[in-house]
Formats: sequence, C-alpha cells, structure tokens
Amino acid sequence: MNINKDKKILSGNEAVARGAWEGGCHFAAAYPGTPSTEILENVIKYPEIYAEWSVNEKVALEACAGASFVGARALTAMKHVGLNVAADPMFTLGYTGVTGGLVIVTCDDPGMWSSQDEQDNRHYARHAKIPLLEPSDSNEAKLFTKMAFELSEKFDSVFLLRLTTRISHSSGIVELGERKEVPVKGYIKDIKKRLVLPAHARILHRLVEERLKKLAQYAETFPYNRIEWGDRNLGIISSGVSYMYAKEVFPDASFLKLSFTYPLPKNLIKRFSRAVKRLLVIEEGDPILEQEIKAMGIDVTGKDKIPLCGELDPTVIKRSFGKKTYRVNIDLKNIPERPPVLCPGCPERGVFYVINKLKLIATGDIGCYTLGALPPLNAMDTCICMGASVTNAHGMDKAGGKELSKRLVAVIGDSTFFHMGIPGLINAVYNKGNLNLIILDNLTTAMTGHQPHPGTGKLAHGEEGRRILPEEVARGCGVEFVRIIDPMNLKETEQVIKEALNYEGVTVLIFRSPCIFLRKREPHLVVDVQKCNGCRLCLRLGCPALMMKNIDSKEKPVAYIEPTLCNGCNLCRQLCQHGAINSSKRIE
Amino acid sequence: MDKRKKEDKITNIIICGVGGQGILLASDILCTAAFLTGYDVKKSEIHGMAQRGGSVITHVRFGRKIYSPLVEEGNADFILAFEKLEALRYSYFLKKDCRIIVNDLQLPPLSVLTGEKEYPDNVIKILKTLGKVDVIQAHDIALRLGNVRVTNVVLLGSLSRYLNFPENIWIDALKENVKPQYQDLNIKAFELGKAAV
Repeated sequence: MNINKDKKILSGNEAVARGAWEGGCHFAAAYPGTPSTEILENVIKYPEIYAEWSVNEKVALEACAGASFVGARALTAMKHVGLNVAADPMFTLGYTGVTGGLVIVTCDDPGMWSSQDEQDNRHYARHAKIPLLEPSDSNEAKLFTKMAFELSEKFDSVFLLRLTTRISHSSGIVELGERKEVPVKGYIKDIKKRLVLPAHARILHRLVEERLKKLAQYAETFPYNRIEWGDRNLGIISSGVSYMYAKEVFPDASFLKLSFTYPLPKNLIKRFSRAVKRLLVIEEGDPILEQEIKAMGIDVTGKDKIPLCGELDPTVIKRSFGKKTYRVNIDLKNIPERPPVLCPGCPERGVFYVINKLKLIATGDIGCYTLGALPPLNAMDTCICMGASVTNAHGMDKAGGKELSKRLVAVIGDSTFFHMGIPGLINAVYNKGNLNLIILDNLTTAMTGHQPHPGTGKLAHGEEGRRILPEEVARGCGVEFVRIIDPMNLKETEQVIKEALNYEGVTVLIFRSPCIFLRKREPHLVVDVQKCNGCRLCLRLGCPALMMKNIDSKEKPVAYIEPTLCNGCNLCRQLCQHGAINSSKRIE
Repeated sequence: MDKRKKEDKITNIIICGVGGQGILLASDILCTAAFLTGYDVKKSEIHGMAQRGGSVITHVRFGRKIYSPLVEEGNADFILAFEKLEALRYSYFLKKDCRIIVNDLQLPPLSVLTGEKEYPDNVIKILKTLGKVDVIQAHDIALRLGNVRVTNVVLLGSLSRYLNFPENIWIDALKENVKPQYQDLNIKAFELGKAAV
C-alpha cells in the first residue's frame, strides 16, 4: 500500500521486513511458519537484501550466523516452535556474540490460531541470555527491528525480537525511513570468539554475564521503556500487544510501558512502583514480568486475576478485573462450528479416504494435511512436531509388534519432509525398521501460503534452483521400495498402500499432485438426481462442496455439488457406485 | 467513555465469513479508505490453519487514536458478514444500536453437510432482534457481474453507505488494493453494493 511517502499501513510482519531494510540488513533466511511467514516474504521484495527460504529454522539461523561472521547484518524469522528447532545454535550464539548485527524474530501464537502449543518465547531470552525487544504495534516493530541491528553490534550480542499473532497479523500506520547502508565488515578469523571449545566457552560465559549487566543498564534508558503518568492510584506494567489492550481498558491509569524486556530495567520498575498506590502487571502467557518483579520484593497483581491460557484481549482483561461488558441476549452455544477443512479438490483428501477405509493407524505431521484428522476422514492418530510422523512411526513399529506394523503408516508433507523428515527416514532404514512413509507431495508449502522448497526447485525470488526430488532423497537414504502415485486415482492409491504394508522393510510412497491453488480449475461436477439414491458414500470424502439436498421429485435427500466450490477433482465421481456424478462440461 | 469528546469516537467493525471469501482484501480496502480519510486505523486478522475454509474474522478500528487492534465484545458498531451463520457466530461483538450487513448466503459447515448438526433456519430473524439488519444479495450481484469473487467489494459498497468517507477515497482505496485489470469490475461491484442498501 503505497499511500503517501512517509506513512504506510503495514502489518507487523511487513513492518519487520521494512525495519530490516532500513536497518541495513544484508542477509535473511527463514522457514515459513504462521504467524511469521510474511516477514521473509516481504524481505524478498527488497533487492538490497539476499534472502532465502531455508529448509528449516536451525539451518536458517546457522546461515545467518555465518553471514554475521563475515560482518554482514542478518535476520531470521520463525514461529515460536521454530525457535525450538533453532534453539541449539541460538544458545551458543548467545555466547559467541556477533560481528555483523544478528536479529532473531520469534512470532509466538497465543491462542494457538495455527500452532500446536502456546509456548511463551520470552523464556528463551532469559534461558539463552540474549536481550529481548517486544514491540506493541507495527510502528514499533519496524523501529525495533532497525534499532536491533545497531544494538546487536554495539553490545556484541544476538538480539531476540518477539512478536505475537496480534502484532504480526495486525496492521497499523508506520512512519517510514530510508535505508541506512552499512558495509559488510569482512571476515577476520577469531577462534576465541567463534570456536566454542570448552576452554573458550568458559571465558565467553564470563563475558556473557558482564554483557547482561551492561544491557540491563541500557534498558534503564531505552527510550521505549517509558512511564506515562496518569492516575497514580493505579499503575500498570505491560509490554507487547497487552499494553495496547490495557490502555483501552484502563485509559486513566499510570503506565510503565516496557519494550526492552530482558534484561529488565529494575530501577525504572522500582521508581514506578513506589509512585503508584496499586500495581498491576498485565501480560499474555506466562507470569514472566510478574515473577521477576515479585522477586524484586514488589507486590503486584497479575496472573491471580489474568488467565494463563489463551490470548488476552480487552474483553478478557475487563472480565479479569470484574468490569462489566455488554453481551447480546441470545444463546450462541448451539451454532454449528466451522473448523478449517481440506479445500475442495485437495489432492490429499483421497489418500486420507483410503487410510480411513483400510482402518490404518497413521502418525501425522504439521501442515494443511493435519486436517485429515478431522471427521469424516478421521485419518490421523498423532501430530507432535515437524518430522515426528516418521520417527513416531518408527518407535511404534519397533515397540508395538508385527500386527501393529502391518497397519501403520506415517504421513508427512513435502515441505515438512525436507524440513525434518529426512533424518528420521535414514534412522528407520539404518535400524532395519518397517516404516511406511507416505509423502503428500503437493509441490509447495501450502499451509503458509505456497512458499517454494527444494522439491519445487524454485528459489525465494522465483528463479530456478537445483530441484531435489523426494524420491531421489529416499533412494539415496537406502530405501528400495519407492513409488510415485497420482493421489487423484483412488484405486491405485489403495492398491499401492496395501502393497507397501505387506512389504518387509522401509517403503516410501510419494503421492504427487499439485495443491489446488497451483493448478487450473476443472469444470465443476454435477449430480444426476435421477441416478442418485442418496446413499451418502460421497460424503465420506468430507468435501465442503458436497452436501445432501431435498428435492421435490425424490423421497430421500440426494447429493448436491455446490458449483462455486467444486474444483472438478473427480474423487466423488470415482466413489459413486451409481454413476450419478458427472462433469458439467459433458452436460453443457 | 462519557468523558471522551465526540471527535474521539472510535468506529469498530467486524468483518466475518468463511475462508476464501475475500475477507482479508475487504478489510485492507476499508483500512486504506479510513487512513486516506485521515483516521488512525488498526486491523487484526488470522492466517494459516484457521483460513482453510474455516470461520474467518477480521477486526477493523478507526478514529483519532487507536490502541487495541481488537474490538471489544459488545462494542462493534457494524458487523459485515459474508455468510449468515457467521453473522450469528460473531454477534457477541455487537453493541446496542448496531448495524448488521449480511450477505444473503448460506454455506453449511461440514458438521451440517454430514447431517450431524442443523443449520439454523431463522438466522435473519434472530439478527433482527439484535440490531438493524441489511440483507444484501451480494452473492447474486457478484454472479451477475460474472465473478463471484467480487462479493466482498459488493458488501463493502453496502457498508460505505454508513461511513461518510468521501466517494473518491473509496475509489482510491480500491485502486490501491486491487490489480489494475480488475479495478473496473470492482468499482462496478462497489457501486452496486452501495445501491443495494
């Protein structure tokens, strides 16, 4: 949105990308993950920054560290659970510090809108002993990102910038600045800094503790840690988006708005707490500020009122403090829910239909295809984290007995396979397992909005890279039974899965068909109401375009296909025993 | 609240519907229009898993100074609903004397398709007990224009009747957010939506 020169509406993620550009960032790498994805997507638009989609978050952060070693400014962005994957290098980088400024952006997902947990990554700052910045809106997201590069170099420290879903995916007005071009410093060998032998690391740890003291001093003067005096009967300490909610609910209170939240500005907190009568800490997630402030001997109210679970919002805060809110006088409990579903025409649907039909046990993974777990497909038993389908199945195979192994498949997406599926596959082959790995290869990272990955061969900017096919990887890992199947063919899908289950050893089945968003829409299907006997078999596909309808000429309701939703994938047509489903093309 | 001056008035809008209906684009256009009119503006939306054919909601707030990107329950001035059931689902955001603009479209969720649950048959009637209701044939209007995807802009046209933004600003906001080859179609959709109230 290019509206006027110096102001723009930007989402928090767009603002971080802009901040990286303005801050002279040279190198950015990330793996997509909601709510962080649009950060790299927008960095890609700035030609001054080298940007790549990495295969996972650990790879991305380590590559950024390499860029920092040569004196370039680098940024990586990931969802909160992505930082678990990247935690290993992050902790060591906490010791080594930086050469070029290095910023890690973590996008937490309170409320779990698109995640498996609501871990509070503010803990990581304390755990890895690296400073933490928390913007409260898009404008601060841009500003803090830009500042983080300079601070990172000034204090020789990695900086963690924490956003949450309501910062990443909220938009607001941002004041724009120009890019500050800084030279790449160049490489100077320094093994005492970058080669963490125990002897070096012991020295580095002392430096880390000294650095934290300096950072704590700086936090006292950080301009966005600020007191806003109001009614001194009530003082509120808050950070991130919670500050914005608190301002709505308590417009007249005094505020200590914290933005540099690790290490904490303890003197500022003491000064504020002494000047107000009653002190509240309003924070989403864990009582991190609250516990640190209580440990300073200051009495505060926090999580005894405010919920630990779920997102905060102005309503939740109001209710936490017994303030009244208006609510319409109707019962909304019985409204049918509308959970997300696999899209009409999704190539993953047929595989799940077969898994359900054969009553298999399926370990699952992270992606759109996790939706295969929902009724009526009910085709997934587990979902833990990226890559865990492969390794969970291996453990179940080894410990669960032969009968279980004959009914067991692991289901992973193509992007997830490259992210963390490969080590598990090697492990199963090496340990003589009976893993049956189903790779749902829709040729994209679908759930996060269609980013490329090695299996697509496309690079971040769209140019051709070296394409790496999952079948090449599987064979290279020593798998002898590798098949490539069209999942839009239900009969073949069923037959190959059965064959794999009877095979001794590791099998890899690659069901390859592009995501519905990447292919041309076929003409929609129509139901011949004379032929349909209302058996509802087609409904077992769980396709949102398929429903039952009453018509005058029939006693029983018959199937109906909503033309604006149907993509003409033909799965229901293959299933129908009565030839009642046809292409609209033929009829016209 | 009473202490605040009239010019401090904040407008709270909930836009809701089903993933894939163009709700995010409609929110972007609305935000641009508010921004161009000179307001502070904030918007919040959800991406990822939640988007896949599921229930989708965005919050748009504008006024002199906006803090929270989220509308407080019981505080929405408008609900712009792309689907009837979704209007009902998010009706707890409505304040007294609110306005509900609803697309006359019924998309049954999977639990209804499989016969597990029933789609309430009196949605509009219930909505009318909660506030003023405009039922817009946005889906049909868009189909007549030859592209069901402009349903979102038809509905935005209907909402524009109540917002007092200058006409040219809406057109600028549309142009800002829509690809050049679709601008004329969208402007037409907007005008028809406006005329439908």
